[in-house]
Amino acid sequence: MNAMLIPATGLWTDVGAITDIPRRGARRVPTPGGDIAVFRSGDNEVFALRDRCPHKGGPLSQGIVHGRSVTCPLHGLAIDLASGEALGADRGQGCAPVIPLRIEEGRILIRTDG
Amino acid sequence: MPKERLVVVGNGMAGCRVIEEVLKRDPERYEITVLGAEPRVNYDRIMLSPVLAGEKAFEDIVINDAAWYRDNAITLHAGRAVLRVDREARTIEAEGGLTLAYDRLILATGSDPVRLPLPGADLAGVVTFRDLDDVETMVAAADAGGRAVVIGGGLLGLEAAYGLVRRGMAATVVHLMDVLMERQLDEASGWLLREALSQRGVETVLGAQSEAIVGTDGRVSGLKLKDGRTIPCDLLVMAVGIRPSISLAAQAGLICGRGVVVDDGLRTSDPAVFAIGECAEHRGVAYGLVAPIWEMCRTLADVLTGDEDAVYEGSLLQTRLKVSGVDVFSAGKFSGGEGCEDVVFRDAGRGVYKRVVIENGKVAGAVLFGDAADGAWYFDLMKRGEDVTALRDTLIFGQAITEALRGVDPKSAVAAMPDSQEVCGCNGVCKGVITTAITDLGLKTIEAVRAFTKASASCGSCTPLVEQILTLQLGDAFEVQTGPKSVCGCTSHGHGVLRKRILEEELKSMPAVMQALEWSTPDGCPTCRPALNYYLLAAWPGEYRDDKQSRFINERAHANIQKDGTYSVVPRMWGGVTSSLELRAIADVVDKFAIPTVKVTGGQRIDLLGVAKDDLPAVWADLNAAGMVSGHAYGKALRTVKTCVGSDWCRFGTQDSTGLGVRLEKFMWGSWTPAKVKLGVSGCPRNCAEATCKDIGVICVDSGYEIHIGGAAGLHIRGTELLTKVAGEDEAVWAICAITQLYREEGWYLERIYKWMDRVGLDTIRAQIEDADLRKALYDRFAYSQRFSRIDPWAERVAGRDGDEFNPLSRRLEFVGA
Ligand code: SRM
Ligand SMILES: Cc1cc2nc3c(=O)[nH]c(=O)nc-3n(C[C@H](O)[C@H](O)[C@H](O)COP(=O)(O)OP(=O)(O)OC[C@H]3O[C@@H](n4cnc5c(N)ncnc54)[C@H](O)[C@@H]3O)c2cc1C
Ligand code: SF4
Ligand code: FES
Repeated sequence: MNAMLIPATGLWTDVGAITDIPRRGARRVPTPGGDIAVFRSGDNEVFALRDRCPHKGGPLSQGIVHGRSVTCPLHGLAIDLASGEALGADRGQGCAPVIPLRIEEGRILIRTDG
Repeated sequence: MPKERLVVVGNGMAGCRVIEEVLKRDPERYEITVLGAEPRVNYDRIMLSPVLAGEKAFEDIVINDAAWYRDNAITLHAGRAVLRVDREARTIEAEGGLTLAYDRLILATGSDPVRLPLPGADLAGVVTFRDLDDVETMVAAADAGGRAVVIGGGLLGLEAAYGLVRRGMAATVVHLMDVLMERQLDEASGWLLREALSQRGVETVLGAQSEAIVGTDGRVSGLKLKDGRTIPCDLLVMAVGIRPSISLAAQAGLICGRGVVVDDGLRTSDPAVFAIGECAEHRGVAYGLVAPIWEMCRTLADVLTGDEDAVYEGSLLQTRLKVSGVDVFSAGKFSGGEGCEDVVFRDAGRGVYKRVVIENGKVAGAVLFGDAADGAWYFDLMKRGEDVTALRDTLIFGQAITEALRGVDPKSAVAAMPDSQEVCGCNGVCKGVITTAITDLGLKTIEAVRAFTKASASCGSCTPLVEQILTLQLGDAFEVQTGPKSVCGCTSHGHGVLRKRILEEELKSMPAVMQALEWSTPDGCPTCRPALNYYLLAAWPGEYRDDKQSRFINERAHANIQKDGTYSVVPRMWGGVTSSLELRAIADVVDKFAIPTVKVTGGQRIDLLGVAKDDLPAVWADLNAAGMVSGHAYGKALRTVKTCVGSDWCRFGTQDSTGLGVRLEKFMWGSWTPAKVKLGVSGCPRNCAEATCKDIGVICVDSGYEIHIGGAAGLHIRGTELLTKVAGEDEAVWAICAITQLYREEGWYLERIYKWMDRVGLDTIRAQIEDADLRKALYDRFAYSQRFSRIDPWAERVAGRDGDEFNPLSRRLEFVGA
């Protein structure tokens, strides 16, 4: 079969509505290159990061979302959702790559560049 | 030379304001004609809300009366809609066969209210809220009494509902989102607004999607929601948004997007035609408030009177709600990105919430509730892009305090204050009273000063001043913080105060607690949220709705996360007893889902390790089918009840320790606790179930049951202490449940029983458990709470609850097939 639904890279893909993500929550989007974590803050902002903690690869989508950051479920690193950077005492510990994201009429569009 | 002919289509806010601005600049230049679809003079549309509420009459809101048109030689054609524009001929055609020529034409047609295309939308009694006719329809309906439903919890919808309540109707606002005015308000202020409206008789239903409008005999009789509910009503107001009114422009062939597209000089694609107000789209934005309109009108008047280069650059927006006694202000962004910082101030006494967002040293937005007096000041700082770093400490207290302290060395300013100067306006306390109290009573903390003088005890806005007086008087002896450690950086209160006030003040939701205890962040942090969630759950069983986003992943997913992102599944094995049926079902699940590791735990049960998150519900479904439920191996909850074989088999067994363990676990499972709770029941003092290193342990003896508490074998090894001894099994169960309940009510979040015991003292606990009445009351409260807790979270999720937790958002980017 080998059917693929991967859009050509560089295209925006609609992955769902903002309201599909709970406030202060996250959902995963599986991709051939690994999961993408899409977060929604208490203030209704949406962010997307690769779902891998810079520390030991913990799935950030499973963490607690607070303000504009998420706390990794494995060892508690706080990650800035806008930049993917570790915060506080762990600043400079590395970064979870940011996935380009756009909101249109309440829908979430993300772009994967390969 | 004949004058140029200026024709304005739309006799509303923008249309008349631009004429005023033109007249100010050059009263002689144009021969002006206005056409308006509404059969009346120009009035202040935003004041329709107070008119609806009966707080103002139409005469009060007229901006320009008939005399104004006459005195300024403006021809008004009221009640005549313009039907066509002929750009070639430069003429317009209006209702009644009126044709007029123009040299310059301004479109100021405003917008049309959106009507949801719901079944039943054309029934009588379904109205929108835009002009005086709508208000008159609503007032007439309200005179008949009954109930109104308003769809839309934005500014307009809320003002409509409030107005109708003032007119004697019952009103319910149905809002799609989970926060009122979600574009302007954050959750905390949205919650306050909801409370304030409910006090004024406006009910709100959030997260509700409308399905159909139902009617009888052609008149509306209710609104049906997607969730199946129908809210009965006699009047239905749709306040779900506006759409720029562009049909005239589109017919004339002007370029339109959402609105009529204009450049920075408000010109449309035809240089003789301009558009302003809500019908215009400038730099991709169509506005829905008046402030930008005033700015547009100034620029357009400049352009029309000779300054062709005048530029309108777009507007920043601020919103105020016009509901009497409810002070709400919002401007700019209340949620920033990188480099943003929140400054939050709450005053529970006055119901005030203020949040200012600072981005790169500048004010980027503000949300004010309960006291919006400083809104204009924040908006001004925001517009001017002023660097506020130096004002950071006092900014949130508003303009008066900030300016009083600005520029001056705060110390010398405070020192220079005369003793008679008032420091605390709310309670009328002068500086002299405070300094005397500090010296005479030896006060060292702000709390003490507050307690003795009442200074800064009400709104708290003078707290920085009082602190400075303390510093001045005491120097280094001033103790900034005292009392028990606070829960986290979001609050100055400790766990004890939190628990007490939740009960005393009947605080039943997270925003309620944060407001009452004056949280300094908008919505808490990962330290306080899980604690609050537990305290609310423990205080209001059956009433408080668990907030899963305030739980760590294990409790949210009801499984333990592993280092590789997979999960472990530990089904309950009551008292460590199992059966061939259970073991076979476990074996089948392991095979079916190719679970890599099966391990016997230190808690006498079986752990299935390495399950993918998406598979969890299916794994649970199979375990459920064999009668197994969650073991809560992941929770701050009752974990295991370890038992030994006891009198059933063991030659030394004195009582049925296995039976008691199973009975305890079956009654107590599912209960949430401050930290994990493990039980052990040993059949004799040889203690094979290791009961004396459990949170609660039972040692069976010939004459009954010894109940021990406060053990742990984790980070700190602790043997238990004997709490009490009882004769029968029932009494053992009652006592253990009572202890657990006492701990549930008094323990601090993450404080295990041994730590709680160290804090409150074994004797205090014993006194309550040995008092028959207190014990019974505790037991009863535990039993009541268990009615809502002994529900298998796995089965609930198998049935679909929290489906979004286990399913990916989208599989669109996945390989399919392969
Ligand atoms: C699975 C198990 C080890 C095993 O393979 O035997 C285990 C596994 C974990 N233990 Fe444990 N503990 C297990 C029995 C114990 C015991 C023995 C017992 O219960 O009799 C103890 C000592 C007794 C006690 O609790 O005092 C124990 C003391 C701890 C502690 C230290 C607690 C403390 O207050 O000091 C932690 C850390 C914590 O809870 O914060 C911990 C935390 C953990 C966590 C939850 C760590 C984590 O956060 O991921 C491990 C979860 C692994 C998983 O996915 O299942 N585990 N852990 C045992 C599960 C028992 C069960 O059936 O539910
Ligand atoms: C109840 C209510 C409360 C509000 N509260 C606030 C508030 O608190 N703060 C705030 O900033 N804003 C508020 N607004 C929004 C504000 O009123 C509008 O932004 C403003 O009125 C828009 O001005 P405008 O001139 O573009 O449109 P309008 O004031 O609507 O004027 C357009 C006029 O053009 C007429 N017209 C349309 N088509 C034609 C045609 N073809 N021929 C002739 N005439 C035509 C219409 O009949 C109308 O009279 C409120 C609005 C409402 C309805
Ligand atoms: S002792 Fe407990 S927490 Fe530590 S590795 Fe073993 S299971 Fe994990
Ligand atoms: S993997 Fe995220 S903190 Fe360790």
